[in-house]
Amino acid sequence: MAALLALVIGLLVGCGVYLLLRARTFSVILGIVLISYATNLFLFAAGRLATNQAPLVGEGPPYADPLPQALVLTAIVIGFAMTAFVAVLALRARGEFGSDRVDGKPREDGP
Amino acid sequence: MSALVISPVLVPLATAVLTTLAGRRPGIQQVLSFAGIAAFLACALALVALAAADRPAEAAFGGWAAPFGIQFLIDRTGAVLVLVTALMGTASLVFLASDADTGPRHPLLLPLVHGLLAGVGGAFATADLFNLYVWFEVMLICALGLFAIGGRLDQLDATFKYLALNLLGTLLLLIAVGAVYAVTGHLNFGALAQASEALPPGLATLVLAALILAFLIKAGAFPLFAWLPASYHTLPAPVLALFAGLLTKVGVYAVLRTLGDVFAPAPELLYEALGWIAAATMLVGVLGAAYHWDMRRILAFHIVSQIGYILLGVALMSEAGNAATLFYTVHHIVVKANLFLIAAILWRLAGSYDLRQIGGLYALRPWLGVLFLIPALSLVGVPPLSGFWAKLLILEEAIAQGRVAWTVVALLVSVLTLYSMVKIWMEGFWSPHPDPQWRLPRARLWPAYAATLGLAAVTLWIGLNPQPLLTYAQAAASTLGAH
Repeated sequence: MAALLALVIGLLVGCGVYLLLRARTFSVILGIVLISYATNLFLFAAGRLATNQAPLVGEGPPYADPLPQALVLTAIVIGFAMTAFVAVLALRARGEFGSDRVDGKPREDGP
Repeated sequence: MSALVISPVLVPLATAVLTTLAGRRPGIQQVLSFAGIAAFLACALALVALAAADRPAEAAFGGWAAPFGIQFLIDRTGAVLVLVTALMGTASLVFLASDADTGPRHPLLLPLVHGLLAGVGGAFATADLFNLYVWFEVMLICALGLFAIGGRLDQLDATFKYLALNLLGTLLLLIAVGAVYAVTGHLNFGALAQASEALPPGLATLVLAALILAFLIKAGAFPLFAWLPASYHTLPAPVLALFAGLLTKVGVYAVLRTLGDVFAPAPELLYEALGWIAAATMLVGVLGAAYHWDMRRILAFHIVSQIGYILLGVALMSEAGNAATLFYTVHHIVVKANLFLIAAILWRLAGSYDLRQIGGLYALRPWLGVLFLIPALSLVGVPPLSGFWAKLLILEEAIAQGRVAWTVVALLVSVLTLYSMVKIWMEGFWSPHPDPQWRLPRARLWPAYAATLGLAAVTLWIGLNPQPLLTYAQAAASTLGAH
């Protein structure tokens, strides 16, 4: 199970980096989203993989580590807000530029 | 003292909320903003006093004791940086009250500035690795807001570049935090310091390398600084000074905290690599600055260059090196922010940030020329200004350790820094203005002069009387890595 998870995380990061390096805002956003999914999975796995175990200390030895689950929850919430922000930003830039290229030449030297 | 320890977060955050509520009444908003920053400054002074008396403010939240609950701990290092943060906030808010910045005032500008200060304060106060990540995110979202509220095309473009590269750094930081937790089972600094001693060196190198790399992206070190000169020049001047002074320095502080304190002594390979990265950062930054003619771009590249010096102090892996790092950071924040503010005054008076299109200010405003020279020569490291002592401390330690190559690079970069500063001075003040029709505009600039004069006074005070700050920095360094 650990090998499969590692493979999935690696694949997600690989696809994310490829998309991030493209010069269109939409692909860049998708790339960021994929990498943040991979990050969340990695963070979750930091508490060791366990199935069918309650994340509660004190119920007896077989329990899942609750802390990474709390960390992932925080990271998901922050990541969601960031994604929403970047999507709105990209839409606004698309409307103003008339193009969604990241390397477009904006006006130089505004005040 | 649990009330005071959360003040670096609580005071700016409360001010941000209050100024948001007063968004429709600019007068009240301004008053609230000044009251908030004054309270922040008072709390920061109290925190320094506590830390200097060896009673660092400390608290753990959520009803859990320290290694499990999130802990705030403000030692000497954190306290002095919180104080400088409050000082920078004051300077840029005072500067905002002048009409040196002519753009329309967005009602969310002041709340976002205070939100940014809360993020910076939280990062300096926390003693928990995941909590540090959260404060980086608070800073990032407020910084993005400040980039985007102008709404100009170049600003939107800069926001996107800043966001894409910084978000990548944040995600790497999150991965590294997860890895640290996976191998040690802790996130609290004190507990990590204990647990890291049992780590096998290979694993420690790998995990810490990821963590340091994430912090270096945030600090703008070579080769990961592309986001900084690509975006900073689109900001309004007072906000730019705040960014230039504080944001990259939080990344540097995080490197100091991890390599110099929590995980010290870390595997030697990391310090060696950091030293070469620092040398490359210095050199590339200063060469980038030499190429440009826009004052904001020149100064932005000098941020990168100076980050190299500060990182060099950490790479020296000694108590003296850490003390020099802290001294340099405090000096650099004040000087860098001041240079950006003075550049904004130049822009207001002469009409452009492009050095080829301005000039002739020395004949009309000779004292402004002198004012500019104080932070400029301090940045270069001319005695008796603060930068001289900062560089002396770092180079003295580098020579004592026999690091000839790093010392030579640092000295060479000083000379090139002088070239950039002389370029600004010659083109902006000495050479005649290219437009013969140009006249000095009328503007209410006294708050801008008050802010820049105040910061220049701090530079002069550190320069003429370096012993108090030096003693403080040495005392701070003696507690770093002691566990």
